[in-house]
Amino acid sequence: MSTAQQIPLVSYLHLTPSPHLVANECTSCGARFFDRRNACAGCFQTEFRPVDIPTTGVLKAFTIVAFAAPGVPVPFVAGIVDCGGTSVRGNVINTDPTPEKVSLGMKLRLATYSLGTDDEGVEAIGFGFEPA
Amino acid sequence: MATDDIYILGISMTKFGKHADKDIVDLGAEAAMAALRDGGVSMRDMGILAAGNLMGAGGYGQQLQKQIGQTGIPVYNVSNACATGATALRTAIMAVKSGEVRMGLAVGAEKLAGAGLLGGGGQGKKDSNKWEPKGRYGAVAPTDGRIGTDTMPGTFAQVGMEYGHKYGGVSFELFAKISEKNHAHSTLNPMAAYQKRFTLEEIMGDMMIAYPNTRPMCSANCDGAAAAVVTSGEVLKTLSADQRRRAIKVSASVLTTDPYQEACQILPDVNTLTRNAATIAYEQAGVSPTDLDLVELHDCFATAELVHYDNLMLCPEGGAVDFFMSGAPWRDGKTPVNVSGGLQSKGHPISATGIANIWEICHHLRGEAGDRQIKDAKVGLAHVIGLGSACGVHILERSAA
Ligand SMILES: [Zn+2]
Repeated sequence: MSTAQQIPLVSYLHLTPSPHLVANECTSCGARFFDRRNACAGCFQTEFRPVDIPTTGVLKAFTIVAFAAPGVPVPFVAGIVDCGGTSVRGNVINTDPTPEKVSLGMKLRLATYSLGTDDEGVEAIGFGFEPA
Repeated sequence: MATDDIYILGISMTKFGKHADKDIVDLGAEAAMAALRDGGVSMRDMGILAAGNLMGAGGYGQQLQKQIGQTGIPVYNVSNACATGATALRTAIMAVKSGEVRMGLAVGAEKLAGAGLLGGGGQGKKDSNKWEPKGRYGAVAPTDGRIGTDTMPGTFAQVGMEYGHKYGGVSFELFAKISEKNHAHSTLNPMAAYQKRFTLEEIMGDMMIAYPNTRPMCSANCDGAAAAVVTSGEVLKTLSADQRRRAIKVSASVLTTDPYQEACQILPDVNTLTRNAATIAYEQAGVSPTDLDLVELHDCFATAELVHYDNLMLCPEGGAVDFFMSGAPWRDGKTPVNVSGGLQSKGHPISATGIANIWEICHHLRGEAGDRQIKDAKVGLAHVIGLGSACGVHILERSAA
């Protein structure tokens, strides 16, 4: 499949050469952010460089959301994944959303999935973390 | 009393719960007029009004004045998430402390009964027919539910679980036991929205909202208002013996926001700003955590209460689970926490919460808390936190006069 016909769910998800997340790292203090920045929240400097985030990590917090806003399919596992020292927000996917299958400290790896294709044939790609 | 000390002269809260027949101005007026009466003063004595309300149309303080007294004093309409009430109080305190006014009135009111789930943008809007990146993350579709959760129960569930990952010892049952305590406490509080005791089995077996928080482990959306009149030691000296006797000293009044920490823009860091506020407050008051006779802390969810034992330094760092399991935060324990029933049973009408928890402490320090009186209470601490974030900590002491 040609990547020209794919678009990531968020701009910090890069699909090539293989799916991975990219943070804006402050060149001054090393703080990492995933959004568009005006300045660094830690040291107020304004220069950033892109850094690739490891695609594996451990689950350091999670919840199994059973009750969400209209249109959000439940249940799902929302979590915070420690990817080599950088915390990443994402769902735990490709496993049952139960306390028996999801636990603190479990090893995870980045995984992608399709959100569907728009009228112009572009497929949106989302990401989550699956048991490694 | 030192002339530059700050005192709560009058304070009140409405019953929390459903007030279908009252609007937010009715509720705020009820609390404000009761606080003025409690302090033996009138709107004529007030030099400032600080008014908190989140869900209304704005200009809440002026709407309130039109019902309780328009004297031309400045109004500060404040909005600071769940710390709104504490922010209103702090605003009035700063005005008195600066010497600009002799007395100030702070009010917080909210109508939230039946509001349902808070937080969570949802995917209710149909995804468009063309994927177009929008916002700071260049998202082509709503991210709530796709990249984690924006809901309050889910966010605070992760806060509690993160503590467990760091220090160990947490479980669904442990968090449910914290909720069991607060619901048990609520049975003695007629101002609480809910006064029902639950068994552990009932709490764990109730509807799951965001694991490990079931419905009774979540703060109750409800209606309510609270208000306080503050003044200085200098002014208090000129008032009656009864006013002096019932006045409560504000030994510390602190408001903080969350300083930058790794991951704080991934999962809100409710810990650092609370610890910072507590540290400043203990220093201001010259009080240590072991001096506290009771604590009202922001148990918006059972998972949140656990981390604040630690953040408020009621236990050694990492020791919140042991602290709870020792029985310390029960009303007959070493450091009673949320003897009002906490937000899980008393209810959480957002802007009222930060003044209502101070009312609870004052009630005990005045020896007026009836069946739930903590015997001979002399010092108490009230804590609130609003996501975003803002944290208010107040330390209160029985008047020496
Ligand atoms: Zn920086």
